[in-house]
Amino acid sequence: MSKRRAMVIGGGISGIQAALDIANSGYEVVLVERLPSIGGHMAQLSETFPTLDCSQCILTPRTVEVGHHEKIRLATYSEVEEVRGDFGDFKVKVRRKPAYVDWERCTGCGLCQEKCPWRVASDFERGLGKRKVIYTLSPQAVPNKPVIDREHCVYFQKESRCGACAKFCPVEAIDFQQEEEVWEEEVGAIVVATGYDLYPMERLREYGGGRYPNVIDSLQFERLLSASGPTGGEIRRPSDGAVPKEVVFVQCAGSREPERGVAYCSQICCMYTAKQALLYKHKVHDGQAYVFYIDIRAGGKGYEEFVQRAMEEGVLYLQGKVAKIFPQDGKAMVWGADSLSGKRVEIAADLVVLATAILPSQGTGDLREKLGIKIDESGFYEEAHPQLRPVESGVPGIYLAGAGQGPKDIPEAVAQGSAAAAKVVALLAREVSP
Amino acid sequence: MRRVGIFICHCGRNIAGTIDVERVREALRSYPGVVYSLDYLYMCSDPGQELIKEAIAKRDLDGVVVAACSPAMHEITFRRTVAAAGLNPYLCEVANIREQCSWVHRADIERATLKATQMIEAIVEKVRHDEPLLPLAMPMVRRALVIGGGIAGLQAALDIAAAGYEVILVEREERLGGRMAQLSATYMNFDSTVDLLREKIERVTRNPHITILIRAQVEELSGHLGDFKVKVRQQGNDEEYEVGAIVVATGYDLYPMERLREYGGGRYPDLIDGLEFERMLSPTGPTGGEVRRPSDGRVPQEVVFIQCAGSRDPERGVSYCSKICCMYTAKQAMIYKRQVPQGQAYIFYIDIRALGKGYEEFTQRAMEEHQVLYLRGKVSKVFPQDGKMIVWGADTLSGKRVEVAADLVVLATPMVASAGTFELAQKLRVATDEHGFFSEAHPKLRPVESLTAGVYLAGACQAPKDIPEAVAQGSAAAAKVLSLFSQEKITHDPIVATVESELCAGCGLCVEVCPYAAREIHPLTKISVVKEVLCQGCGVCLVACPNKASHLLNFAPAQMMAMIEALEGG
Amino acid sequence: MRYLYFPGCTLSTKAKGFAASGEASARALGIDLVELSRWNCCGATFPLATDNLLALVAPTRVLLNAEKEGDHLVALCSICYHVLKRTNMLLREEGDKREKINLFLEEEYSGEVEVLHLLELLRDEIGFEALGERVQKRLQGLRVAPYYGCLLLRPFQEIGLDDPEEPRILDDLLASLGCEVVEFPHKSECCGSYLAMNTSEVTRELSYAILRSALASGAEAVVTSCPLCQFNLDYRQGEMAAHYPGFTQIPVLYFTQLLAIALGIESEAFGLADHYVDPRLLLVRRGLP
Repeated sequence: MSKRRAMVIGGGISGIQAALDIANSGYEVVLVERLPSIGGHMAQLSETFPTLDCSQCILTPRTVEVGHHEKIRLATYSEVEEVRGDFGDFKVKVRRKPAYVDWERCTGCGLCQEKCPWRVASDFERGLGKRKVIYTLSPQAVPNKPVIDREHCVYFQKESRCGACAKFCPVEAIDFQQEEEVWEEEVGAIVVATGYDLYPMERLREYGGGRYPNVIDSLQFERLLSASGPTGGEIRRPSDGAVPKEVVFVQCAGSREPERGVAYCSQICCMYTAKQALLYKHKVHDGQAYVFYIDIRAGGKGYEEFVQRAMEEGVLYLQGKVAKIFPQDGKAMVWGADSLSGKRVEIAADLVVLATAILPSQGTGDLREKLGIKIDESGFYEEAHPQLRPVESGVPGIYLAGAGQGPKDIPEAVAQGSAAAAKVVALLAREVSP
Repeated sequence: MRRVGIFICHCGRNIAGTIDVERVREALRSYPGVVYSLDYLYMCSDPGQELIKEAIAKRDLDGVVVAACSPAMHEITFRRTVAAAGLNPYLCEVANIREQCSWVHRADIERATLKATQMIEAIVEKVRHDEPLLPLAMPMVRRALVIGGGIAGLQAALDIAAAGYEVILVEREERLGGRMAQLSATYMNFDSTVDLLREKIERVTRNPHITILIRAQVEELSGHLGDFKVKVRQQGNDEEYEVGAIVVATGYDLYPMERLREYGGGRYPDLIDGLEFERMLSPTGPTGGEVRRPSDGRVPQEVVFIQCAGSRDPERGVSYCSKICCMYTAKQAMIYKRQVPQGQAYIFYIDIRALGKGYEEFTQRAMEEHQVLYLRGKVSKVFPQDGKMIVWGADTLSGKRVEVAADLVVLATPMVASAGTFELAQKLRVATDEHGFFSEAHPKLRPVESLTAGVYLAGACQAPKDIPEAVAQGSAAAAKVLSLFSQEKITHDPIVATVESELCAGCGLCVEVCPYAAREIHPLTKISVVKEVLCQGCGVCLVACPNKASHLLNFAPAQMMAMIEALEGG
Repeated sequence: MRYLYFPGCTLSTKAKGFAASGEASARALGIDLVELSRWNCCGATFPLATDNLLALVAPTRVLLNAEKEGDHLVALCSICYHVLKRTNMLLREEGDKREKINLFLEEEYSGEVEVLHLLELLRDEIGFEALGERVQKRLQGLRVAPYYGCLLLRPFQEIGLDDPEEPRILDDLLASLGCEVVEFPHKSECCGSYLAMNTSEVTRELSYAILRSALASGAEAVVTSCPLCQFNLDYRQGEMAAHYPGFTQIPVLYFTQLLAIALGIESEAFGLADHYVDPRLLLVRRGLP
């Protein structure tokens, strides 16, 4: 007898869509997310191509809907430990890290975050900004309940010397003794939507290997563009806070390089680079943006026209790979080429943005072993058939959606989320209907 | 007297960057009817919504104005919030001080702030006279119609049927499979498309929940979400069906070669398009799968493939990219080389758009393993000479012009929406975009929904895409249908037209102008009535009525006048 | 430790100082470099055309002769090392090419020889820490810019000596001798190589860019492992001074020369007097040797 419930692993836009479609069809969903709140990388973006919608504006209605949906249970700050069973009857052990905050009591007032005296580099801001040790990922987080970062918490690391959050919490929700929770969920189907991470800049040694503050990756640039980011939406060089007048965008930073083990194309970089260059020009009118590329991959609806717009608004596109980036006299020297003129090009840039390759998110390898599903040679989940079964994993009852299956943009991730939901609903319905 | 609460959103810096929200908040406190005024960073977020709910309870509000972004974004969100607090959702209105104020007046903070204040005051006027409307219940027929039996339509039908619902699948041609049935093999594994399709088609044919209508077309459509009445014409006979939801998966055609005059305008036998080449490569095609020159049947030794033959050309009206050509051209070149190893294949391109899993590696294989010569440059002209087709192109890497005397030329022509799309769109009352493809509700977050309730889109009819994407969209559209059908009841937005019967003269003008066929003259009373479940609240009938007998609920003339006065600063 | 040693043509003629300082340093560290009894020119280039097999006959003969006397072959010159190593790999992996080449030689090369560079021996057999302990005369914080050039590092799949983007072997060696190694972005950029023969302006420009970068990074000397690099960087400095205003000359040394000094060995044979830009002025100023 099938459990009329499903589990979605991963609370990014793809997982959110899957959860909503399954829940709207009448089935209960448990949404497991590793971070304290849902939204994934889309929450870090400032605007989305090609419409330039504010990312938070189109994401928040979805996250809020998930948060309020009577059929969706959020299990954030949690990961899947073990999976047993078969379709119709999976038993999944889930482990939740201790947040050291009692979320039942917490009202989300935010006072603890205000009063915490300690700041550390924020992962959400990709190292460009700081957060408190007790934190939510953003003021709009769903659920809007904080967690304590034990590793950096003075109370834990220096034997109870602090506890400011506990002192100020009006509902006594801080619980330093909280332990991790492990429990078992019984579900009929699982959707895996664990998303992506960016290739670490340390491995791009010819581009500075992450050592130069003014050579950043695209997600870091998104945080600079974001109104809610570390610079309040102003484009500033990390080294000295100056407004950069010459910005170089390097596409294919790591992708399409079999020698580096990343033979594939990361698919979204051409589009987001055009968007970032365009937004940079909108914010810094007298700035110059350059994009070095090999091909411009703009296939989706309205995408070609969007890139043309970037070119028409003054972004200089040069076809040629960038060989090297190094510091000189306070600038980042970029050595590239321009195939059209056949010449080498050297640019003294104030800021360089690398469109680094997309990798399957950390932990994909472990998770797929627990689930017993396949991954391909690049580490992404492998679909049952590349043309005809893009959201099926090959293991009945387990479906795939989003960038965990391969790099893709938001509309594709959303479509896959819905597609996986259709499969789940059909599975669960079959067992129940006469 | 209404007790109205004002909630002003900063929207990060989007609104607060231009409008002095604190000043607006204070100014509104003293406006008649306003008992509470608040501002917050992101009103649509969880904490923002909590503030609204709290205020409704504590201040006993019975009218809410949220000053934020466009109602198209969050009106539903805020109405739900308000409903959760026990207030009728139609007593909640949105004042758009972002798209209509802060975003368009960035240079003038003073006047933008004043305008925002006046806009909100206008909405307060509206809310003060709003009626607490109740959503209308609608019937729900749990049967779906899928228009188009290509791979996207087949997938949608299977997924809907898998959940136990009835599906009517209408296909114009005499067989299922659409364009995929015309192809030879897929990239990247060179699987035979016919074999792949066969499995899907068999499953559809065997499925007891799916009714297949071949050589059939949709003639007429009326009704609305939950209760559409479709007339299908099949070989002269008409049959009417009742369905609750529709999936449109009508696929694509290729741009006619006649219009590519610099490439011969379709007059030369040895100059063919991508689909014709597929037929040639297909074992069930006219040459049994062997590549031959159409003119004299010889095996071509020099084949030129031209990508972007029409696409990415705004002057031609096809500014978009057709997405799949880079991949199928690489595939076709590789199949050609396998058959004719000593032959030479050239591909002229602008960019190589190898998106998709394994696609990049696939095109590299064409170059490295099959020695397909890729030349970056547009082809300016193709013409016949001494039995060959002369191709004039360029190679930006060497910076030189290139001339190739080809035995066969294959054009990757643009994908266009299939013939009859526009007429079908009109019947379904679904919008199409400037290129003729069906318009989705939102390009990022609602790729398979149209703006017409109950009509979903899947496959290339929405935009050029390849098989895995079409399949995913077919399933996605099915998911939307399933969530629709799973609901116990369907409701319709109650902002509909209404008739003041004493003023109605029964002239019938409103019936003529209504685009949704939602008006009719009642046979007995001879007065105009509104078929509420069809009415979309567009307001055309209001304008047409010479007696001003038609009103829109919650948009009464008195409300409109009060709003205008507020905007004038009176 | 005994290793077979291939000096190559240039080290036996124009770059005798490189060879002498290398052999002497090795001996002082207990590495006995025994010259191959029969050897010929390695060819000095690895052919760019994949079917140019005739050019590989010469280096194959070197390997063949080495096989008769041992199983390791050490080279000092970057170019010889590069050619021998890549030839070795090709012979091992492409049987049909190996057969063709063997036809010319009338003997069969089995592919058993390992080709090594002296730097590898120093790093892997002795270890830079241990080397540091054997230093008699620390180089007093002499600011050096280690210059790798191309052939010592690339193509990475075939050479594999060190990271091609951020090599460290020469940096670490020099640091263990007591030098202050500067970070210099042009450390693995091309000096112009053979273009010195017929298009010397290109070589001059490329070499100038390298030297300017080294000077900007605060180096007092550039240190290399390749006689052609040394030639391009050193001998053209007169021209550079004439061509590029504000250019200051900077000595270009072989790593073995500094190694010998650090190990306390002195000899006229090490060739310090033969450089265009005399390094002795700098060394004397720093109290070396």
